[in-house]
Amino acid sequence: MSTQVHALDVLLKEHPFFHGLAPEDLEILAGCAKNERFEKGQFLYRENQNADRLFIIRQGTVSLEIYSARRGAIVFQKVREGDVLGTSWIVPPYVSGCDARALETVRAVSLDGPCMRRKCDADPRLGYELLKRSVAVLVGRLEAAHFQLLDLYRNPLERPRHG
Amino acid sequence: MAEPAIAARGTVPPVSPMAIRPFVVCGVRRETRDTFTLELESAEGGPAPRFLPGQFNMLYAFGVGEIPISISGDPTRRGPLTHTVRTVGVVTRAMERLEPGGVLGVRGPYGEGWPVEDAAGADVVVVAGGIGLAPLRPVVLSVLAERERYGRVALLYGARSPKDILFRAELRRWRSAFHMDVEVTVDRGDRTWRGDVGVVTRLVPRAPFDPARTVAMICGPEIMMRFAAQELVRRGVARDAIWVSTERNMKCGVGLCGHCQHGPLFVCKDGPVFRYDRVETLLSKREI
Repeated sequence: MSTQVHALDVLLKEHPFFHGLAPEDLEILAGCAKNERFEKGQFLYRENQNADRLFIIRQGTVSLEIYSARRGAIVFQKVREGDVLGTSWIVPPYVSGCDARALETVRAVSLDGPCMRRKCDADPRLGYELLKRSVAVLVGRLEAAHFQLLDLYRNPLERPRHG
Repeated sequence: MAEPAIAARGTVPPVSPMAIRPFVVCGVRRETRDTFTLELESAEGGPAPRFLPGQFNMLYAFGVGEIPISISGDPTRRGPLTHTVRTVGVVTRAMERLEPGGVLGVRGPYGEGWPVEDAAGADVVVVAGGIGLAPLRPVVLSVLAERERYGRVALLYGARSPKDILFRAELRRWRSAFHMDVEVTVDRGDRTWRGDVGVVTRLVPRAPFDPARTVAMICGPEIMMRFAAQELVRRGVARDAIWVSTERNMKCGVGLCGHCQHGPLFVCKDGPVFRYDRVETLLSKREI
């Protein structure tokens, strides 16, 4: 095993998303991983493009945005160090649902989507583990979206935005 | 004899539970587009009554109506009585129109407050949503007045938008001047907002505190409190170390009329601050 793969192996092991995975699984996943750096303003991925990478943010802030011609980029969430991005890698048709833009220098570990899918297909037990973990991230983001839609802090004097 | 320091939780009795005393507005501060802070001095002279963080007063706009409003002032200093009010109806609209020299009726302080004294030695996590920061401001001020008595202190605050953030200048001061972690997030950002966007519950997993020795205090809309409490429990905070402030239709303020009865509890007398494990099931009940 190369030093670089070993270092990535350790980085993955330390992240909560991979907690509890067997060392051999981490080693397999590290084979799909690489370190990446994005400068302020660069996109980690764009809406409606191939969701070909899962990102573990190691440093920096990323805004998740949807672009509107009338309102420009609408930021609906910001994610930071420790967060996971790009969970569409495991959901067909593997297309990103929003833009992810670096708000400052961002360092991340990216895991190549097609590479991981091949490994998951070859080892369904590992695939199921990663599916459960990706779904947990998606559910967390869905719950957050529910809260935002509920507009909990709205003044009762105002008309609701929805419904 | 010197006056005692802040008394233990819930031990400051009102002079006369139902007596309305006139207070004169000595200061008005606009906080956000729909929220303002009133500073009140007794029209009869003498200092404002002492209070505990989390207690409330019944404020009476003469000829309009009476409502419960939490005290948002500094419990460690004798000064005017401070209430931060959001305009949501007829009575609060009448209060919004008050100018210095205007008069309000005041009864109180009432209720059981936050466990600020009991939290000494522990890490303190304050989770606020929207106007819920106002009843927690006395907690923060009390903790900061004796900062060395507490472990790590974190304030996690969620607002609707940057325009709706309460006590902006103070948040900035708390963040920079004390050993305190202040995280602010908004549900909807705008082009100028550089801070977090997302719901306040997302701040819990990364806040710096030791769950095994933490006291958490939550105030905001009930759904937000429910999910914030669940997130704290998931992080490892014990249910009996989490406190929430409930809101019901309080009328008399002293547990006589029953308007605020919530199962076996009277929110005005037994609360408004409750230990989470005592009200967890009540918070999620559709009907009682």
